[in-house]
Amino acid sequence: MKDLNYKQPRINPLAAERGKLIHTFGALAELGQEVSNRQGFHETIRTSLHLILGSLAIMRGGVARFSRFSHELNMVAGRGLGDNFPLSLALCYEDERQFLAAGLYPIENSQAKALPFFQVYDRSLEISRVELVLPLIMRGELLGAVFLGEKASGDRYTSHDKDVLCAMGRHIGVAIAQRNMLAELERKAEENHDLYENLKTTYKDTVRAFAAAIDRKDKYTEGHSVRVGKYAEAIASELGWNAEEIEGAAVAGYLHDVGKITVERKIINAPYRINAKESSELNKHPGVGFEILQPIHHPYADVPLAAKYHHERIDGRGYPDGLYDTDIPYIAKLVNVADSFDAMTTDRPYKRRRPANEVIDDMKRNAGKQFAPELVTAFFRGMLRELNGESPERRFRKLLGREYMETEGLSAMLQTTLNEMAPTSPLTYVSFD
Amino acid sequence: MSDPGYSGFFKEQGDTAIVHAGDYLNKLSGERIERECRERLKGGCREIVVDFSQTEIVNSIGVSILLGVIDSAAGTGARVVFSDLNQNTVELFEMLGITKHVEVR
Ligand SMILES: [Fe+2]
Ligand SMILES: [Fe+2]
Repeated sequence: MKDLNYKQPRINPLAAERGKLIHTFGALAELGQEVSNRQGFHETIRTSLHLILGSLAIMRGGVARFSRFSHELNMVAGRGLGDNFPLSLALCYEDERQFLAAGLYPIENSQAKALPFFQVYDRSLEISRVELVLPLIMRGELLGAVFLGEKASGDRYTSHDKDVLCAMGRHIGVAIAQRNMLAELERKAEENHDLYENLKTTYKDTVRAFAAAIDRKDKYTEGHSVRVGKYAEAIASELGWNAEEIEGAAVAGYLHDVGKITVERKIINAPYRINAKESSELNKHPGVGFEILQPIHHPYADVPLAAKYHHERIDGRGYPDGLYDTDIPYIAKLVNVADSFDAMTTDRPYKRRRPANEVIDDMKRNAGKQFAPELVTAFFRGMLRELNGESPERRFRKLLGREYMETEGLSAMLQTTLNEMAPTSPLTYVSFD
Repeated sequence: MSDPGYSGFFKEQGDTAIVHAGDYLNKLSGERIERECRERLKGGCREIVVDFSQTEIVNSIGVSILLGVIDSAAGTGARVVFSDLNQNTVELFEMLGITKHVEVR
């Protein structure tokens, strides 16, 4: 001790005790507030450590958080423990068991030599002059620990001191429990996100593989499903759908003919107009497709319905159910436009691909009969915008080939057709001829 | 009171540093005072005088930070002086055993 010419003030011992209590309770109240303030975790713990040390004038100490995964006490804040105090202290199961059995109450370093923890870290605790270890236990769970050095007074810790430490320890325990809960939530959210992304990727890969398998069955219409998917995507983006919906439309296109995998190859590839029996066999493919797709969980709605109803017509003359306009799921109407366009613009077993002007004319005439008119106009608009260089993508060019897209007067024809079709509302043009 | 900034806490007189505790001591920002004291002690400062003339009350954070200063000073063998303490603060420091480690002026 240094030579201090300090004069002992006269203090009323009762008033002194009261003053000490007020100081301690002030710290406790502030700690409670600190924990409920929800600022940064490390700042909360740092402040808590100040409050706990300051309340009883303890020279040094630290707060550690327990990791259930590594089974370690990891230091979050420390004061005066010195540079050599370990940042992580391993805990064995016996230590944890004993801590839990004793509950939230300070353990005196000098009396705990039987515990493995105090044997292993004997030297570190000694050098850093740690006198008490307070395991932070709440609802039967070890959350962390507070390490405490000597009191400034040099006195031993009284039972009243220990009670104060327990009360403060509970607050710090709450702060750590909150942090753990938050970390767990964040981890779960991330895990779910990863899982979802993973599932989506797997799903997309599966869909593409499926589409390729369907198309392989049909040697004349090779790539049909993939093209229908791309056209569906083009229409959906022209309609201003969001990314998720556009992806859904593409998937509906990829899978619309999945039912064909059960139809005999020779019917699909028949180099002639198929007969009635064969036709009824082929016409089962929408229903079969629905059966296949229905039990699968799709990240996009309506994929099975697109398969089931992509051969319906808005005039009610389609199959399998002969539904009218508004009864047909929108996605099925969209796929129908994409499907028909591809059928007309590719070579078929008994029919050559048709020239662009014929196809446009056919689609225009069938708008309101087979097709929903606004879907036809959306399709034409997409094509026209690409021709005019207004959209950066080259989808139609890739799907139809450069030559086809460079058909003389195609742009003007699309423009005229769009102008003519503009006033057509989807419900006024139903004809029953 | 406006924040005097880092250097504003201190006044140097030879190998003595005078720190104005103000009420910064009672917040996490008080760690700055502690850090500055440690720097000066490392730089050879032999005495740290903590001036409490502007300090109404010292709370637990303040006590913790002062203990940090005392501990650092003990490490280098420097002396810590508390000056201009009010009666309440003297009594508190006395009860907590802090006055054993410092000179009170
Ligand atoms: Fe089909
Ligand atoms: Fe098809």
